Amino acid sequence: MTEQFKMDAPATARRLDDMAQGLVGAPLDRPEGPLKVTGTATYANEWQVRGMVHGVMVRAPDNSGRVVLANCDAVEKMPGVLAVIQDDRLLRNPAQGTANKAPIQGPQHAAYLGQLIAVVVAEGFEQARHAAQSLQVQLENGEVMPVDPATAAVEPQEAKTLDQGDLDGAMKDAAFSVDVTYTTPSHSSSPMEPHASIASWQGDDLTLRGSYQMLKYNRNELSDALGIHPDRLRILSPYVGGGFGSKLGIAPEAVAAAIAAKKVGRPVSVALQRPQVYEATMRRSETTQRVRLAADAEGRLTGLGHDARVSNLPGETFAEPVLQASYFLYAGENRKMSMELARVHRLCAGSVRAPGEAVGVTVFEGAMDELAVQIGMDPVELRRRNIPEKDPESGKEFSSRRFLEALDSGAETFGWANRPGVKERREGEWLIGYGMASAARVNVLMESQARVTLTPEGRARVETDMTDIGTGTYAILGQIAGDMLGLPRDAVDVVLGDTTLPPASGSGGSWGAASSGTSVYLACEAIRKQLAERLEVDENDLTLKDGMATFDNQARSLSDILNGDQIAKLGHVLPGDTSEAVRQATFGAYFAEVAVHAASGETRVRRMHGTFAAGRILNAKTARSQCLGGMTFGIGIALTEEMAFDPRDGHVANHNLAEYHIPVNADVPQLTVDLLEERDDWANPLQAKGIGELGICGAAAAITNAIYNATGVRVRDYPATLDKVIAGM
Amino acid sequence: MRPFGYTRADTSESAARQAASGGTFIAGGTNLLDLMKLEVMAPEALIDINRLDLGAIEETDDGGLRIGALVSNSDLANDARIRKDWPVLSRALLAGASGQLRNKATTGGNLLQRTRCLYFYDRAMPCNKREPGAGCSAKDGFNRILAVLGTSEHCIAAHPSDMAVAMRALGAEVETLKENGSTRRLTLDNLYLLPGDRPDQETVLEPGELITAVVLPAPVDGKQTYRKVRDRASYAFALVSVAGIAKLENGRIARANLAFGGLAPKPWRNAEVEALLTGEAPSEDLFNKAADLLLAEAQGYGANDFKIPLARRTLVSVLNELTQEAQQ
Repeated sequence: MTEQFKMDAPATARRLDDMAQGLVGAPLDRPEGPLKVTGTATYANEWQVRGMVHGVMVRAPDNSGRVVLANCDAVEKMPGVLAVIQDDRLLRNPAQGTANKAPIQGPQHAAYLGQLIAVVVAEGFEQARHAAQSLQVQLENGEVMPVDPATAAVEPQEAKTLDQGDLDGAMKDAAFSVDVTYTTPSHSSSPMEPHASIASWQGDDLTLRGSYQMLKYNRNELSDALGIHPDRLRILSPYVGGGFGSKLGIAPEAVAAAIAAKKVGRPVSVALQRPQVYEATMRRSETTQRVRLAADAEGRLTGLGHDARVSNLPGETFAEPVLQASYFLYAGENRKMSMELARVHRLCAGSVRAPGEAVGVTVFEGAMDELAVQIGMDPVELRRRNIPEKDPESGKEFSSRRFLEALDSGAETFGWANRPGVKERREGEWLIGYGMASAARVNVLMESQARVTLTPEGRARVETDMTDIGTGTYAILGQIAGDMLGLPRDAVDVVLGDTTLPPASGSGGSWGAASSGTSVYLACEAIRKQLAERLEVDENDLTLKDGMATFDNQARSLSDILNGDQIAKLGHVLPGDTSEAVRQATFGAYFAEVAVHAASGETRVRRMHGTFAAGRILNAKTARSQCLGGMTFGIGIALTEEMAFDPRDGHVANHNLAEYHIPVNADVPQLTVDLLEERDDWANPLQAKGIGELGICGAAAAITNAIYNATGVRVRDYPATLDKVIAGM
Repeated sequence: MRPFGYTRADTSESAARQAASGGTFIAGGTNLLDLMKLEVMAPEALIDINRLDLGAIEETDDGGLRIGALVSNSDLANDARIRKDWPVLSRALLAGASGQLRNKATTGGNLLQRTRCLYFYDRAMPCNKREPGAGCSAKDGFNRILAVLGTSEHCIAAHPSDMAVAMRALGAEVETLKENGSTRRLTLDNLYLLPGDRPDQETVLEPGELITAVVLPAPVDGKQTYRKVRDRASYAFALVSVAGIAKLENGRIARANLAFGGLAPKPWRNAEVEALLTGEAPSEDLFNKAADLLLAEAQGYGANDFKIPLARRTLVSVLNELTQEAQQ
């Protein structure tokens, strides 16, 4: 029986506040944590499948031309080699998130350097790798392709265009105005676990052990790519060693493993080599962003503009949505936004953690800091004055928004009142500065299903094809079920990452916890109703705690009530009218203190604080960890991370963990996070909003604004590496 | 990785003999194994020298130290004598790699690690170091980490070692054993070759010639420091590094040993710069003149242009540190 629920009206019951078990919100450990830290959680490529052989993928050595495998015959005769495969169905690039169908296929023509155009299969991994490296790939009739977004042809993105009032007039009449252009580079997700799949066929049925974030979509993408019915396909992805958007859509290695396994008649494992993760998965598009701000004498915005250029491969529609928060974060009646997409032959651009806001809010918050400096106003106060009453574009109400409280509380906690003037504080050779920025991220509910079974023993089992990509899904789904059914956390088993289970929203866009959590909540609510029916009481009068039901001054154990039966319910949530009726978003504020070396220009973040409001917090520990991770990404965006593209052929020159500089421990100081109490009735029956990406959405600006405060140098070309800092000193 | 032979050597002499006929020494393997996996290096045979008796740090008759080639970077950095009397070397070692890598990496191997030029590691990109005559794709490519001194039109690779920079400032020499059983001593200056038109030839070592030890001269008087400037706080190669030893007497610089990393195909030292400083009173002006001299021939290739002003700023800062504190 399915408990289907469409989110058409505010969910004002706030039932999780009334449950007696007290799990939701508590900072509980992840149940699978011990498996992960002891190396006993089995990740995709760690399965030892009987008879398994190994495939290694081969890259195109340039960005154009017809692919010719010059010495295919010789490679096929190398020791251990079983096949060299250049099948029409191989993917040009991964599918975008929620694509639900295969991306462009075909290895016959190279579109970017690094495209995976063949797979070599051998008995042993080393044999496959050596054979793959021995394969001579030639590109015939290649042309010089555009690889630089600054000069490539562009396509305007009409749907993103906004033109309200008269921004040019507002800029002209403004007491203070800022018109600045910032750039951000491409970023790589750099998950610790490389993309990997093991494909096994049983007749016409395929099992794929993979590392994926959105199995419902991934199954359809893979079936479309292979030309088989989705029912013949099972994807298992119980553990994901970091996704950050790079594992949203089915990727080349999964299709290659499936094709190879069919061809050689053995299970085939294909793991991308580390350089291939950088060259052939997804990048966040680089961006060029012009921000215009017009303010009156009191620092109230009269107009704002945000115009962006991003890029992608020909044939891909994804355009890094950098304007996403600019539509609603600040007031200002004259508004102009536009976006254009440049076509370049670099690897595919797609979702990398917090697509849009991660760099969009960051740049906007840099411009806001410039305005504050120009006015001579406290940057926090400038933001306070420009919080719009309603969505400035549509006039809709905000569903919930503790933005002002986050600014004030964060400033208080950080000690913002002690901030130095520009270039005012120095300790030896280190220049000290403070900076702040706002955080904002759209909130989304997605369709999701889960089955919850209450067993005769009085245990619960939660089953869904939802994934846990390190975010805490196992923990929070168990907490929700435990609270709703009155069970201790360890009496709830959570089974995830298997497409034979009810299809979930998947992990991405920060929507996973609230969407899949709601489906679990709905299933549990249906179980409660059935228990109440058995007891002939009103469900609202039923108190469940520690396996006992209390009602009408009676107490009975669940196993007693069930009397040998089990109750299984499917919860199914669908987004509804509340998605459009109000503006739903999460908010926060970051504060950072940096030290910049006066001679070398090296920046060290000394401390950083974030205060966030994202509706109900389902698990204070995993939510905080998400924010810490986001702020760490922010340090990377601010100071170190950049995919370096060769200016001639557009290949990723720094395609390894040594040279693509994610922050290491020594770069990350004490980070503190405060989560504000909030309930968002418009979001879902949990009153929870997405928190997975909020911690990154603007974080980098707090750091670069602090660099300005320390040095007087405004770096508008991210990352603020030392060469750019000393150039201004 | 191509198939290769493997032999474990029992004595230095046999190791040298085996390597002379097409073998490559392997100790920690922290760089070589990566290069073999990428097939940038494809030795026919590995001669494992890890069991050789080259793991000791001994005091020499003239008050210096003889560091066995197999002493790990961790052990060397943490040796009490090194920390006390040659602190620049300890600091340089700890500024490099990670704890795990330093545990595995050896003294001899560190000296012979290959450049981190991204184009050298990518077999789809022409590289004269990998394949003489193929061309250099780094010159017009992404060359942020590459050299501005001592380069040639054929190669602009930078030497990645921190340890070697400190050793160069300290006047260290390597001891080697040749295939025929003879030994020799080489200064680091003489060990390394500049790329010229043969960037594949990085040292003067002959086939089979084994580095057995590094000899440090007796400690020198003065303040020592190692300053490493890089793109993140740890686990990044130097953009610019300076190993400096300076001694002040009566308000004048009596000694200034300066070696530089990140700037050149080998740990760089310029005697003229040291001569210019010696005997002079420290001043910002003097330090800038030293930087002028150091960087007179420097040439940037676009993305690494910033290294020239960065080297100047770093040198001036290091000289300020070395001379100011000595004055106190």
